[in-house]
Amino acid sequence: MRRGGLLFLRGVRDGLPIGAGYFAVSFAFGIQAVAIGLTALQTFALSGSNLTSAGQFAGLGVIKAGGTLAAMALTQLVINLRYCLMSCAISQKLAPGVPFWHRWLIAFGVTDEIFGVSLAAKGRLRPAYSYGLIAAAWPGWAGGSLLGAIAGDVLPPSVTQALAMALFAMFVAIVIPAAKADRRVLLVSLAAAVLSAALAFAPWTAALGEGMRVVIVTLLVAGAAAWLCPLKEKGAPRD
Amino acid sequence: MTERVWLYIAVMALVTYAIRLFPLVLLRREIRNVRFRSFLYYVPYATLTAMTLPAALFVTPHLASGAAGLAAAGLLAYRGRGLLLCAAAGSLAVWLAERWL
Repeated sequence: MRRGGLLFLRGVRDGLPIGAGYFAVSFAFGIQAVAIGLTALQTFALSGSNLTSAGQFAGLGVIKAGGTLAAMALTQLVINLRYCLMSCAISQKLAPGVPFWHRWLIAFGVTDEIFGVSLAAKGRLRPAYSYGLIAAAWPGWAGGSLLGAIAGDVLPPSVTQALAMALFAMFVAIVIPAAKADRRVLLVSLAAAVLSAALAFAPWTAALGEGMRVVIVTLLVAGAAAWLCPLKEKGAPRD
Repeated sequence: MTERVWLYIAVMALVTYAIRLFPLVLLRREIRNVRFRSFLYYVPYATLTAMTLPAALFVTPHLASGAAGLAAAGLLAYRGRGLLLCAAAGSLAVWLAERWL
């Protein structure tokens, strides 16, 4: 009991920077959503139920263009496919006996940032820790959208721009210590950086969109790394 | 328009949740295959790096302020500081750099 509470609080602590960064990004989302005709309630419901950035911004584009529901489903599938890879990794980080209802709840909170922090945690991923992360991150995302929708001019742009860096700074804070400890991770990160930049600027791949580019880079780089230097340890890789 | 928006929202939420859910309920056992386990071990670092670069450089009005934010976070992370501090330093560096530029 007390252990669960402690893990939850630790999750909340680690989730706070996620929530702060989310707030800034989703504030911008809220402004954009009402600009194309969504109500504040719809904007709040959209962010609260989707909890994803790139997919939601792309979704606004489909709504604005009056696209079909099938086009919407396909857009979300392509942009959010990376979550499938993340959930695969998280499934291996959970103890095999974690009951299915925990998995259903944890799945809701698989975002780029929550995934990153979850995988960086030592040992097995505990559901209580995941819930702490979600409890800190979700209000930032849903609340930011709502506030952006009803009062887009409360925060000056200089502040929202600075807060948007918080999410990337967190990614850096996850990758660098791991790269310092494991040379293979360092090489994987360097390769991913180079390939990602190349795909972003090459004319025929730039049009793919960021979500798809991330999937391609991950498959190629992590795939090559798994092929070239497979893990030798017998136990779970991150324990 | 407004009713159709609710339909869009429902489709978005369902597709996005399904993508997140299936691997978590289907992969309930520990994967034995060494290649696949190694692949999953490398996934987060490849993904997080690909999401950060080059995107973080274009999230601010100036390239230099984005670079300053990344550098501040990177330096603190290298010295073993936590997520919260790195995130705060990254944001602060962007804000300061933007005032200066």
